[in-house]
Amino acid sequence: MLELKNVSVSAKDNSVEIVNNVNLSLEKKKIYVITGPNGGGKTSLAKAIMGIYPVSGGEIYLNGEDITGKSISERALLGIGYAFQSPPRFKGLFVRDLLSIAADDKNESKLFSLLADVGLCAQDYIDRELNASFSGGELKRVEIASILARTLKVALFDEPEAGIDLWSFQKLTETFKKLNETSDTTIVIISHQERILRLADNVILICNGKIADITEPDKILGDIDYFTEPGCYCPNCFARK
Amino acid sequence: MLDSIDKKLLKEVADLHEIPQGAYNIRKNGEKLSRNTTANIDIVTKEDKPGIDIIVKPGTKNESVHIPVILSATMDDLVYNTFEIGEDADVIIVAGCGIHNNTGEDSGHDGVHEFFIRRGAKVKYIEKHFGDGDGSGKRTLNPTTIMNIEEGATAELELVQIKGVDNTKRDTVVRLEKDAKLIVSERLLTYFDQTAESIITVELLGSNSSAQVISRSVAQNDSKQIFHLNMRGHTECRGHIQCDSIIMHNAEVSAIPEITALSEGAELVHEAAIGRIASEQLTKLMCLGLNEQEAEETILQGFLA
Ligand SMILES: Nc1ncnc2c1ncn2[C@@H]1O[C@H](COP(=O)(O)OP(=O)(O)OP(=O)(O)O)[C@@H](O)[C@H]1O
Ligand SMILES: [Mg+2]
Repeated sequence: MLELKNVSVSAKDNSVEIVNNVNLSLEKKKIYVITGPNGGGKTSLAKAIMGIYPVSGGEIYLNGEDITGKSISERALLGIGYAFQSPPRFKGLFVRDLLSIAADDKNESKLFSLLADVGLCAQDYIDRELNASFSGGELKRVEIASILARTLKVALFDEPEAGIDLWSFQKLTETFKKLNETSDTTIVIISHQERILRLADNVILICNGKIADITEPDKILGDIDYFTEPGCYCPNCFARK
Repeated sequence: MLDSIDKKLLKEVADLHEIPQGAYNIRKNGEKLSRNTTANIDIVTKEDKPGIDIIVKPGTKNESVHIPVILSATMDDLVYNTFEIGEDADVIIVAGCGIHNNTGEDSGHDGVHEFFIRRGAKVKYIEKHFGDGDGSGKRTLNPTTIMNIEEGATAELELVQIKGVDNTKRDTVVRLEKDAKLIVSERLLTYFDQTAESIITVELLGSNSSAQVISRSVAQNDSKQIFHLNMRGHTECRGHIQCDSIIMHNAEVSAIPEITALSEGAELVHEAAIGRIASEQLTKLMCLGLNEQEAEETILQGFLA
């Protein structure tokens, strides 16, 4: 179980709180989808959980252990994983290298199956360099595979569907379901996609750095007014506080 | 025969664990240690100056020549080697120099390698430089490579210096005739107060010749690196220079790429970039459980591989 108590994250210049006093309790074997307007603070919250951004206030607990002061690497070893919204490219690092670093089981057949899980033909991709030659969608799928490679307590996926073709997207949703069925992992997916929202046990709506709502997918998806009603707003576009 | 220092140097510079297969000439402390020739590859000692002629018969396929130089006594070694690669031959040449210096005196090797790669031949040339030993004396390596690539011939150069060389100045000049092709990949790591200078000049003389020079380096501590990569297109040709450096600590790196077109048909590109390790890359690897140092090593190793 992952617990956030009054977690805040400040912008680099301390001008604003980009995550503001968030309280959350995420249980094992559940799928949470975080959604909300662009710039709302979803990525920042995920990065704070991973330790990439320091918190400016509050605590984070993993199975009761306070991990607020732990480094990225320590959190990774404790079983937290984060698939980047825009993953970096590497000169001289190959798909095989990245997956081998990530994977608990480094057998070639395991690495192949990870690529298959994100809809990549393993033989074509395993020996490709993760450099500028990779398309955005391909890179994104390798990124997701690098998280699937690990045995995790909490797996965070930041907009996994972004830039992914419809065929791979289908494969990806099946992979999330499979992960949910075969492990106890708490799965957190940041997404704007209806089909991802449908996978959720709970949907968490984040606006202006705050949790605006925690609800079920049906409530959002079945309600055409949900996106026009007050409750979720962004200071510029939704013009309502 | 080979002692343990020799073996270590040979392993580092030529990936040799024992005496190699095929043609070879091992030079130790300024003298010939051992040599082997084959039906197709002859090695002859020069008479007018120190060095050897390596003569590969036309049509020789799938053979290799190893010509490592090892220094374990302090000295200033100088050699001139000439490579005559016959038409349509296809060979791998592994050169390289390893210096072991345990003394306070300087030790160095200057090698001048001149290649005549005849029509249609293909050469892969691997040159690795390595230094070790605890002595305060400098390990210096100044290689000069002059390459003439004739019509339709191809040369692939792998120039690597990863460890232990205090000062190096490498000078490479390549001339390409019609339909000739050149690929250079240079890898350089310097640390402490080492200095490295690399000058690569490529003359694209013949029509439809092409050259690609990719230089990647890492400069650490107080070391200094300078790259002068110069490509001149005299006719219809294609050339690409890419010079990419990671800078760390208090190091200094200058990349001075130069492209000159002397013909409307010359297509030349240069790219040069110097920067620290991307923090996103470090973060990504740390998210997979590596600590910062491991992440850094992984990135540098890949970059220089
Ligand atoms: N390092 C940073 N320094 C300053 N501001 C930042 C930083 N990172 C994010 N922000 C700002 O914080 C806010 C939240 O950004 P964040 O990336 O968390 O949003 P998001 O909800 O993930 O948006 P999207 O849906 O577009 O991915 C934005 O206004 C963003 O500009
Ligand atoms: Mg985001």
